[in-house]
Amino acid sequence: MIEFLLEPLGYGFVIRGLAAGLLASISCALLSAFVVWRGMAFVGDALSHAILPGIVVAYIFGFSLFFGALGAAAVAVLAIGLISGRRRLKEDTAIGIVFSGLFALGVLMMSRVTTYQDLGHILFGNILGVSRSDLVLMLAVVIVTIVALTISHKEILVASFDPAHSVAIGLSPTLVRYILLFLLALTTVVAIQTVGVILVLSLLVTPAAAASMVSNRLRTIISLSVVMSLVATVFGFYVSYYSDVASGPAIALTLTSFFVVAFVSSRIRESRRRVGEEARSNAPA
Amino acid sequence: MNFLRRLNYGACRGDECDTPAVPHSFALEARDVRFVYPRSSAYVLDGVTLSVQAGERVALVGPNGAGKSTLLHLIIGMEQGYAGAIEVYGHPAHECRHRVAIVPQRSTVDWRFPVTVRQVVMTGRYVHLGWFKRPRQEDQDRVQDALETMDIVELANRQVGELSGGQQQRVMLARTLAHDADLLLLDEPLNHVDIGTQELIFHTLERLTADGKAVVVSTHDLGVLTVHFTRAVFLDRRVIADGRVDEVMTPETVAKAYGFEFHKDYVP
Repeated sequence: MIEFLLEPLGYGFVIRGLAAGLLASISCALLSAFVVWRGMAFVGDALSHAILPGIVVAYIFGFSLFFGALGAAAVAVLAIGLISGRRRLKEDTAIGIVFSGLFALGVLMMSRVTTYQDLGHILFGNILGVSRSDLVLMLAVVIVTIVALTISHKEILVASFDPAHSVAIGLSPTLVRYILLFLLALTTVVAIQTVGVILVLSLLVTPAAAASMVSNRLRTIISLSVVMSLVATVFGFYVSYYSDVASGPAIALTLTSFFVVAFVSSRIRESRRRVGEEARSNAPA
Repeated sequence: MNFLRRLNYGACRGDECDTPAVPHSFALEARDVRFVYPRSSAYVLDGVTLSVQAGERVALVGPNGAGKSTLLHLIIGMEQGYAGAIEVYGHPAHECRHRVAIVPQRSTVDWRFPVTVRQVVMTGRYVHLGWFKRPRQEDQDRVQDALETMDIVELANRQVGELSGGQQQRVMLARTLAHDADLLLLDEPLNHVDIGTQELIFHTLERLTADGKAVVVSTHDLGVLTVHFTRAVFLDRRVIADGRVDEVMTPETVAKAYGFEFHKDYVP
């Protein structure tokens, strides 16, 4: 058994891959509660797609893919804000326009400069292609996310729950939104390495969705999300190693199964409680 | 510097208030306020002039779309770009944040967000904390007092979404008490509220105004006016009537505010 667990860890690139997966899952899980409860799933999905042209440009000019992706994410966030600002268009419309436009541009550029195998790595992740400097960046992103959330959690809470009160005390909900979008962009960029564009959303949405079936305390939801993501990443990693399947889908499916279990058990609990209440109210006094 | 100031929030930086109330000023004064929503051409507020003194309990009455909420939003700074002037205790409306508290309309609050009753009430203290500061013992005590006043201590650890409409409104008023503001704005606080809570809300508001706070409550419920308010302002994009409730509560005023014809010879 121990041999089974240790065998993959004999290779440096495999250890780096696992470390990358764990770091990405931590920063995604930390944001997951806010993505779920503020309804930011669509913008998270959009960001993960919109960074494609940034990655291609970085590839062409030979600078860090991380900064290429981050630049494209910044363009996407600003464009969404600009199009939806001052009540011109609804935000999801703006997200749709920017998302599809930038992704299409990325695919087009990609088809001219690289092979479709590279596209596959970006779309579905390549956990075993992580370099040492990638790891350092990922660690930095995790630290930035933890620090930012520690400093601003009470501000995020008030701006999410009651924007009017937030404005009344002088705290701009827009500022809070941009803080979250910035963290979301950073996190998405590092997570793409491990799970790819298509499945980043599973790390951003599913953990907190599953945790919310179990608890309605923000702190508990965030902690549970982190634990579930870490477990899913390790499990998905081994499945990927031994059955020779891509790591991204293996991790994503593990998270999905966590959600299914949490969902079903919460439904069962609910119906039991209801039956209990009915029994009590029907009982003779 | 101005930009950094805008990023910061919360009340005064030192022990002294940066913007002490100007002597003999009104708690709230609006002068010829006009406002158009972006990409709209119709004035929502068209020359509203209104003043509220400390210790007054004023009902802002009018049909939906009369501009009641908009006026409250302008006071807290939720909408910008209005013409005219709004002053709170002699200062431009948003200069001293800890003076103004709002209980917003229920629909603008995300009740499903995972926060507990105690956390929500604690957000009333945030204006005294700002970024980086965590709640101190004094803040905890204020929150506890507010929970006790609104009789929701036993709900303190529940998620707000699980509560009834009346209980939720008690939580919001408890937050306002923890905020310790001098001007309280309540936007339609009586919707979906049980009679017990309604009485508790008014009892609390009466106590606050007796202590010298000013309270403005927007409502389209004419029934509560006569019992609970000293003064009513009928609004329909501009002030239609303003005065003691028994003086302004005439069929003519109501008809005018609510936009239907008043027939003198109508016999019920």
